[in-house]
Amino acid sequence: MHKTLGILAWATVALLGAVAVAAVALHRGEPINALWLVTAASCCYALAYRFYSKFIAAKILALDGLRATPAERLENGRDFLVTNKWVVFGHHFAAIAGPGPLVGPVLAAQFGYLPGTMWVLAGAVFAGCVQDFVILLFSVRRDGKSLTEMAKDEIGPIGGSVAYLAVIAILTILLGVVALIVVNALKSSPWATFTIAMTMPVALLMGVYLRRIRPGKVLEVSALGFVLVLTAIWGGQYVSQSPALARVFTFSAPTLAILIMVYGFAASALPVWLLLAPRDYLSTFVKLGTIGLLAVGIVVLHPTLHMPALTRFVDGTGPVFAGKIFPFAFITIACGAISGFHALISSGTTPKLIARETEARMVGYGAMMCESAVAIMAIIAACVMEPGVYFAINSPAGIVGQAPATAATTISAWGFPVTAPQMQALAHAVGEQTLYNRTGGAPAFAVGMAHIFSHSLGGETLMALWYHFAIMFEALFILTILDAGTRVARFMVQDALGHVYKPLGRTSWYPSILVTSALIVAMWGYFLWQGVKDPLGGINSLWPLFGISNQLLATVALCVATTVIIKLHRARYAAVTLAPLAWLVAVTFTASWQKIFDASPRVGFLAQARVLEAAPATASTTRLIFNNRLDAAVTGVLVAMVTLVLFESVRQWLGILRGTKEVRLKESPFVRTRLAMEEQG
Amino acid sequence: MNRVRKAVCNSTANWFGTVLAALREIFDEAPYARFLNRTGMESSSKAYAAFRREFEEAKVRRPKCC
Repeated sequence: MHKTLGILAWATVALLGAVAVAAVALHRGEPINALWLVTAASCCYALAYRFYSKFIAAKILALDGLRATPAERLENGRDFLVTNKWVVFGHHFAAIAGPGPLVGPVLAAQFGYLPGTMWVLAGAVFAGCVQDFVILLFSVRRDGKSLTEMAKDEIGPIGGSVAYLAVIAILTILLGVVALIVVNALKSSPWATFTIAMTMPVALLMGVYLRRIRPGKVLEVSALGFVLVLTAIWGGQYVSQSPALARVFTFSAPTLAILIMVYGFAASALPVWLLLAPRDYLSTFVKLGTIGLLAVGIVVLHPTLHMPALTRFVDGTGPVFAGKIFPFAFITIACGAISGFHALISSGTTPKLIARETEARMVGYGAMMCESAVAIMAIIAACVMEPGVYFAINSPAGIVGQAPATAATTISAWGFPVTAPQMQALAHAVGEQTLYNRTGGAPAFAVGMAHIFSHSLGGETLMALWYHFAIMFEALFILTILDAGTRVARFMVQDALGHVYKPLGRTSWYPSILVTSALIVAMWGYFLWQGVKDPLGGINSLWPLFGISNQLLATVALCVATTVIIKLHRARYAAVTLAPLAWLVAVTFTASWQKIFDASPRVGFLAQARVLEAAPATASTTRLIFNNRLDAAVTGVLVAMVTLVLFESVRQWLGILRGTKEVRLKESPFVRTRLAMEEQG
Repeated sequence: MNRVRKAVCNSTANWFGTVLAALREIFDEAPYARFLNRTGMESSSKAYAAFRREFEEAKVRRPKCC
């Protein structure tokens, strides 16, 4: 009876999911309600978790509840610690969720809501969740080893070196791109800049409170900091209205870029925990709150999507970024579908906290599903806007023109009507001078979020506050990524340089700290500067570069996963990681080829360089030509490195399958858990 | 009826307890409590500074996703 009810319930979920996915995929013409996307996503996640992840857990990984995890065997009260599964889940989700699943889907919405939605659902269920789950479990079985260590152990030294270089490359490009997003969100916006500037004294105050008044009471001080930041957002409107104050907080993009680089260097090189740690807590507090609020808002208000299912830009002529759906939609949306970066988290802190192997399924597969749900929310936020407004915000001046009337005419001619007065009214409603050419995704997401909330909480009068709240949330979180990322990269470079000259490897030796911090900031700062000076807005070239490097890292992670699965004598199930690996290879290699060699100057770096060479020279021509060639070279080097890993992996697989290579698994030996006995009493 | 109400109350309390525990872990309150326990220190300005020093050594190496 119980079983029959279960079958009926899951059959209903499957039917409902099929209807919702069909509605999302086949609906044309009239606007569609966001609830269809929510229903499709919920059913897909429920089915995937119940059946697919269970299949992987049982047939491939053979999760063993009796096997002691490193958290139990190596428990030291610091890194290794047996932790409640829901706590680990929350911790893991907080570490993987950032602005990526919000920004990527917003940019990919230029193709319409359909491609992004389908990729987020299929990508997460069959690739992203699988990668996170499998890598997490393999790291648990190897005493919490990192992806680079596992690549070295299981594939060989080449795998380890490439994984290491890929991590440095992705960090550099990532930091440059996210810094560009902040610059584009804050440029010429005294309100937003004031709000972000105010987070510094708020963080200092929080630091003093934490240190002197109530040591360790982070939750209460974060709530206090949140209230202060809300006050700063509210006060920002008066700053923007006062000509004298507005002048103080109005910065051009290059000035903001320099300020952000100085911030990144100071955060990495100086002992500034009094500022950084509270800001980190504050951003996590705001992030979790905002994601929760947005989820509730979308379900309760179920807005209508005005963006069509598919736009004319599926042909590759999109203004936000150039390139066809395949491969660029799959490069643009990384976090939310599959992100190589997650493999670093899954083989970082999380495996050292898991109490039982069986919990890896919920933490690895489940947390990535939640991240994917965040990406669905971002698609909804981008698509609730009128398409003309979306393109006016996200199109660079180099494509639509600098003057409002010209931009509106160009966008309307594409079939997405928008007028200059309409954009002016919207800018006024959100408290900005203009919303044109705000590339990068963050402002568009903020407008979408403000649009959703202003229809219920506070109406149009609060739209400006909602907009600046969203901008503050994104900028604050990105700044914490900048300081944390710069430090992580600094440590990695110091580790490597320590092999060349020992003192350089000492993380407390100041000359080494200064040199490596400057090196890392110079690396990502170069990409930031390139983006700021790019007449096409920077996002067109840098976001695909970031997507390619992120997906290439996922390729390395899936190579590691497939190799281990084959070594476990589960080759007949290897398609579970091999299929997403093949897809990623097809996507990243095609995207890389097109980014380097495509004849269209908006797509191909080398074609763009040739066009610049042929055009009349300006002061910036030489630099732009060099930047394009550099981007092409970086892409080429990344692909070459990953090709090496693929080659090594395939050699391993064939050797094992033919029986010519000895299988050497580097798992920790089995130790029976005490936890199961304790639970039984 | 009472039994149902009690069960609902219990599961709600459990749920809130778990969420609070997750938040305490994410916001490093739980690691600080463990640090105090491990070192035998009382919570104070000095203890918190020592905790931060130790924590930063490990924490800064942890990547944070985009």
